[in-house]
Amino acid sequence: MINFDYIRMGSIASAVKALDKFPDAKIIAGGSNLIDLMKRNVMAPTKLIDINPLPLKYINKTKHGVQIGALALNSQAADHELIKTKYPLLSMAINAGASAQLRNMATFGGNIMQRTRCTYFYDTTMPCNKREPNSGCSALTGINRMHGIFGTSDVCIAVNPSDMNVALVALDAKVILKSAKKERTIAFADFHKLAGDSPQLDNHLQKNEMITDIIIPENQFYNNSYYLKVRDRHSYAFALISVAAGLEMDGQNIKKVRLAMGGVAHKPWRLYDAENFLQGKIASQQNFEEAAKIAMKDAKSYGHNDFKLALAPSSIVEALLKASHLS
Amino acid sequence: MSDQKQPETPKKELTCSSRRGFLKATTALTAIALCPSLITKAAQQHADERLAAFFEKIPLKIEVNGKAYQMETEPRETLLDFVRERLHLTGTKKGCDHGQCGACTVHVDGIRVNSCLTLAVMQEGKKITTIEGIANGDKLHPMQEAFLKNDGFQCGYCTPGQIMSAIACISEGHANSPAEIREFMSGNICRCGAYPNIVDAIVEVKNGGMKL
Repeated sequence: MINFDYIRMGSIASAVKALDKFPDAKIIAGGSNLIDLMKRNVMAPTKLIDINPLPLKYINKTKHGVQIGALALNSQAADHELIKTKYPLLSMAINAGASAQLRNMATFGGNIMQRTRCTYFYDTTMPCNKREPNSGCSALTGINRMHGIFGTSDVCIAVNPSDMNVALVALDAKVILKSAKKERTIAFADFHKLAGDSPQLDNHLQKNEMITDIIIPENQFYNNSYYLKVRDRHSYAFALISVAAGLEMDGQNIKKVRLAMGGVAHKPWRLYDAENFLQGKIASQQNFEEAAKIAMKDAKSYGHNDFKLALAPSSIVEALLKASHLS
Repeated sequence: MSDQKQPETPKKELTCSSRRGFLKATTALTAIALCPSLITKAAQQHADERLAAFFEKIPLKIEVNGKAYQMETEPRETLLDFVRERLHLTGTKKGCDHGQCGACTVHVDGIRVNSCLTLAVMQEGKKITTIEGIANGDKLHPMQEAFLKNDGFQCGYCTPGQIMSAIACISEGHANSPAEIREFMSGNICRCGAYPNIVDAIVEVKNGGMKL
């Protein structure tokens, strides 16, 4: 690992000030992704800003939902009584990701900022537009079974690897971003971006900003939530496909529905059209299959990941059946 | 879902005005590219490393297995390298060094982490427990006993990590069934395939209600 300057910050104010002063510095929290990338020389920041002493480790019930500090640990949330009972989708998604050790290290802010696991992004001997803009995309014609099928671009087909992010986008989460000069709150769905022609950027976070909070509005999905993760190993593997499903039922009728997928796009992928179709309909296999068909419109595969065109819709149906207790 | 226009990526700084920048610029590759022979020579003799070592030591107060240490660390030293190479506690193993195998599992303030993916400098004021710190004198920890009794290993390389992880698995409350144990132990890979016996050992300690 190339050495770097290290500074440790004791307050949010001093952390955002440091970001302003050192625009090429990287924030370190759990470090479970960044240190890995630094060891492989995929990322080589000259300065790390350690924010672990910041008072951002809370999970607080609020009037309208729950507010989670950026430094709250993934394991802390997954085992949290309020999250388990009122937001089980989040708990399930977190526990579907990584290992117990990594969930003890990974923070909410860090997981949101987690970089793609595209093997070509990690392999510094191969071209990768995300790692080295304009060097080319090795995945387009390479081994791309883990890669995207929605919203891909002709310069990058990498996917966002996080399970937590899929649950957060399904649950209409918001994130609070702070810089030295201002604070803004944006929808989590608008935080990450598609690769477009700037795959080196995963999201809309400015260089002088940091994530301080995640807000999840109250919902009534807790009796009908399911996170389905399909992967090569039973545990501790990244998703080939994952589906987050949350339903608010009124008898047999779907009063409200939230659907999102992981392992398919450069950002956690909300299935808005499928949600609109299901709204007000009866929970049935037939309706779920129709919704899955709608969700798959515009999907495009790249050879090794052709199987995702079949796996994705059946995963959507399965997650909805599980969430509605029909299977 | 619309994607806003992206901010431009600022050009990489090339100035060497900072101390770190200077040190970076003298690393071998850059030096060869720039080619002033003096710098190349200095890099070859690892003069840059010595310079870095001189400048980069950060004081670190840390407790490991109940013993307080006041040491210095350079920022890039992982907790794993710190306990193995500096404290010579080599029970904690370096397997993959990328957080994928769990051989490096230690407890930081009582919770299990991959010591290869955290920096020593980040552990200021923390209490670390490694495999060397769980026995009580000559009396083995119940989990160590259970691994021996159940043949929870073959070659033994992953075992320190497995045992540290297993203790935490119970204390976290995730050892309520063999299925749950398998799920919450998935971060510890055993290439000899001792998994069934590892699960048996954990079940035994859990059911024995032994104090961890």
